Amino acid sequence: MSSPPPAAHPDALTPDPAAQGSLQDVVIRLAGNSQDGIQSIGGFLARLAGRSAQDVMTYMTIPSTISGGASIFQVHLGSGEVLSPGDEADFLIAFYQHSLDNHIASLRDGGVCIYDSDHCEPDTSDKRVTYVGVPFTSATVEAIGGSARDKGKNMFVLGQLVRVFHLDKQKLVEIIERTFGRKSEDILRNAMLAFDAGYAYEIGDVASGQFSIQSGDDDGHDRIATDGNQMMVSGLLAAGVRYGSGYPITPWSTIMETLRVELPKYGGLFVQAEDELAAVSMAIGMGYSGHLAVTGSSGPGLSLKMEALGYATMAEIPLIVINVQRGGPSTGLPTSVEQSDLMQAIYGSHGDTPRAVLAPQDVEDCFYIAVEACRIAKTYSMPVIILSDQALATRIEAFREPDLDEWVEEPDLDLSERPDDYVPYPANGLTQHAPPGTKMAGGKYPVMSGLEHDEWGHPSSNPEQHAMMNARRRDKLVILADELATPEVHGAQEGEVLLIGWGSTYGPLRETVNRAGDRAIGHLHLRHIHPLPPGMEDIFAKYKKILVVEMNDRGVYGHGQLATLLRSRYCDPKITSLAKTDGLTFKIREVLAGIESISPSA
Amino acid sequence: MATEAPEKLTKKAITADHPTWCPACGDFAVLAAFYKTLEKLQLPHEKIVTIAGIGCSSRFPYFVNSHGMHFIHGRALPLATGIALSRPDLHVFVFGGDGDGFSIGGNHLDHAARKNVNLTYVIMDNSVYGLTKKQTSPTSPIGYKSKTDPTGAIDQPVNPMRKLVANGSTFVARSHAAQVKHMREMYERAIRHNGFSVVEILSECVVFYPGAFDAGNPRKGGEFPIIEEKLWDGTPEDESRHDVTDFHAAMRLAEEPSPGKFGVFFENDERPTKNALEQRWIDSSREKTGGAGAKKLLSGRFAAMK
Ligand SMILES: Cc1ncc(C[n+]2csc(CCOP(=O)(O)OP(=O)(O)O)c2C)c(N)n1
Ligand code: SF4
Ligand SMILES: [Mg+2]
Repeated sequence: MSSPPPAAHPDALTPDPAAQGSLQDVVIRLAGNSQDGIQSIGGFLARLAGRSAQDVMTYMTIPSTISGGASIFQVHLGSGEVLSPGDEADFLIAFYQHSLDNHIASLRDGGVCIYDSDHCEPDTSDKRVTYVGVPFTSATVEAIGGSARDKGKNMFVLGQLVRVFHLDKQKLVEIIERTFGRKSEDILRNAMLAFDAGYAYEIGDVASGQFSIQSGDDDGHDRIATDGNQMMVSGLLAAGVRYGSGYPITPWSTIMETLRVELPKYGGLFVQAEDELAAVSMAIGMGYSGHLAVTGSSGPGLSLKMEALGYATMAEIPLIVINVQRGGPSTGLPTSVEQSDLMQAIYGSHGDTPRAVLAPQDVEDCFYIAVEACRIAKTYSMPVIILSDQALATRIEAFREPDLDEWVEEPDLDLSERPDDYVPYPANGLTQHAPPGTKMAGGKYPVMSGLEHDEWGHPSSNPEQHAMMNARRRDKLVILADELATPEVHGAQEGEVLLIGWGSTYGPLRETVNRAGDRAIGHLHLRHIHPLPPGMEDIFAKYKKILVVEMNDRGVYGHGQLATLLRSRYCDPKITSLAKTDGLTFKIREVLAGIESISPSA
Repeated sequence: MATEAPEKLTKKAITADHPTWCPACGDFAVLAAFYKTLEKLQLPHEKIVTIAGIGCSSRFPYFVNSHGMHFIHGRALPLATGIALSRPDLHVFVFGGDGDGFSIGGNHLDHAARKNVNLTYVIMDNSVYGLTKKQTSPTSPIGYKSKTDPTGAIDQPVNPMRKLVANGSTFVARSHAAQVKHMREMYERAIRHNGFSVVEILSECVVFYPGAFDAGNPRKGGEFPIIEEKLWDGTPEDESRHDVTDFHAAMRLAEEPSPGKFGVFFENDERPTKNALEQRWIDSSREKTGGAGAKKLLSGRFAAMK
């Protein structure tokens, strides 16, 4: 190897003489085509990391065309806290010439590129990185034998990575056996043949141990590794959601596909509707029937649900609505990340339609945010929108397994007879519906109405009644806001700049603060977007500048969507905006540049 | 525990607000026939659910004292689908107009039919948009002068019977608001049908389309030709009677010119309902997991993520 051995990820490297050549974290970018199964390499590494008390975050781009398109999967493995997919890669694994050409620039100086020598010819005069050629394709074919062709290349590469990074082979083999063993023996045998061949393939220096990854501190808790959509489903199941309806759209579809299969196991049902208008209507029907129900979509589908969501606010039906945001407007960028549905989520219906809007901050939080959304929907009888996004939906992280004893709630359908004085919309109290099947002691049955109504649900266009009912619906958000905790600031508790984010910008913002050295930068992350939690003014007062970082357009007046809201809510001209729509998650250096632009370092 | 005798369901018990319809609107009779049918069938009061979208006809739930929902324009069927599939113990009734059902909700009608959701849908067809005051509706005949077609409607109207038979509705019938006895008979058969049952009722809007259905009303000089159904008695007369299970015969009946025939066009008792098919899947899923509770199922789900 001619170039100096690549150092560990520059920001994470802590030279530890005792653990010579071992890395604290590494960013590996796998570039190939979508049918090569490179996502599953990431999936295996992530699950292994989960079992080795390492942290992991993956980052995936998938083409919206079904087969053949270029696809990448980036894995950030580390023994400490891993918060972002990594600005630059330490390793590039290139399956094709186009993979090499398009991604070599993402490799940092001194990085290593392992390429398929059957398909790629690198420019070896480039001394910026170390090139290692390995015939992925022919070696896989040789290992498995003719009929499988090059299927299994991904397992070959996985074997190589285990070798290079000195990962726990035994544990990984167990995971592979569990995964493929469920399918068939043949599949498992081929996978293991390719994996072993990759592990055994001599690649010299790179595998000598200089890149072994430290193991993290095992805190004794079980860890799991999965993506945000799967965790969202888990949260819904735990919180007692048993019914739902949806219509397919990327990147929401995997939630509905999973619910369709999971819910019957719990005695429930998920219906594939003919369109999003029907989906939300069915879910409202399920909610009216006394169940906690879910519907969801991505941007265009959320727009279609809006009329019915206005009804759910008006008739006060509890409902969970998941919106996995992607690039908009219109069909936009179906497989890119964006946070441009914030205003739509809060205000996207006709009339004044109070509803709660929450956003998970990482994959793990998809579980807890779903649980919380269910609690709010039930307590306040209203729709709750969860704003996830494409990055959260598809990336895999490893984290502590939720404590099921604490979080699981079996749903209960209360059909007990309602007393004489029952009214569905009490002037001084929260709605608790009497679902159909409930006997009414007074002999009078409630009708849910989208017309403005009185306490009984009877239509009334009396202006005073309308004002009173508007207040009733709006006050639910006021009460909810009061019960929320003021979010904690990470990093400097006062000083130069306060970063504010929501949704999947959590990791990059936190990491920015961690890397800001002795600069007084704090980070406040909003999980509750509507209503906003209390006490924010006091926090704002402690900083000279406030920078709201989000993945949407800076708008005609120069502010991203959350920044616009915060400026109007707090009337604080200190609030500025860092917004972008390049379809990629924020890089640490982009946030640092944003800070620099409003508060130059001395 | 003392068992109380079930309360008798009387007309009084199921009557709610006095309808806000114009005097002599055909919809009054549709409502009266519904009360009578409920009284006869003695369904448990708390299990009756009355659903509607938006329109004059869709105000129906306010006039029935039962659990109910007045929803948004055109989406009553998917709403009712959510109720019927998640609560098979209920009797779900949907009421609405021709605009609500064949125009804005037209796609939902086809899908509720192909899913064969177990519920009963009554379409009160007045061939006009009543609530919004006289625009052309999907069943307005060519030449009908409305506010949106002052010189006469030009778009070919929907043929409700053809649409319903073709889209897979498993019970399709047609009646006339001036024929209370016939309406009740159709309701009753629709309710007894296990699956997606639809009754289309010609119900005059006396304000915006008076006389629309006189051709089907003997008291207004028209005729009320009833479909004679096969009795399967082997007689020669039976040959020419209508076989309600015969799709092609139903389509032929649907093609007859105005006023057409009244009665049951089509009925298919064999196709399983979505309710039953989904329940089958639920049962087999529960069987595979040994009826495990949520905690156990979820910990299994997490184990696969390790
Ligand atoms: C989304 C939406 N579009 C339009 C309307 C206005 N609108 C209310 S009822 C109606 C038509 C009603 O016609 P029909 O369903 O035939 O019922 P009828 O009043 O004739 O009984 C229209 C267009 C609405 N309420 N909502
Ligand atoms: S406008 Fe027509 S349909 Fe509406 S209530 Fe009056 S008569 Fe009936
Ligand atoms: Mg009409």
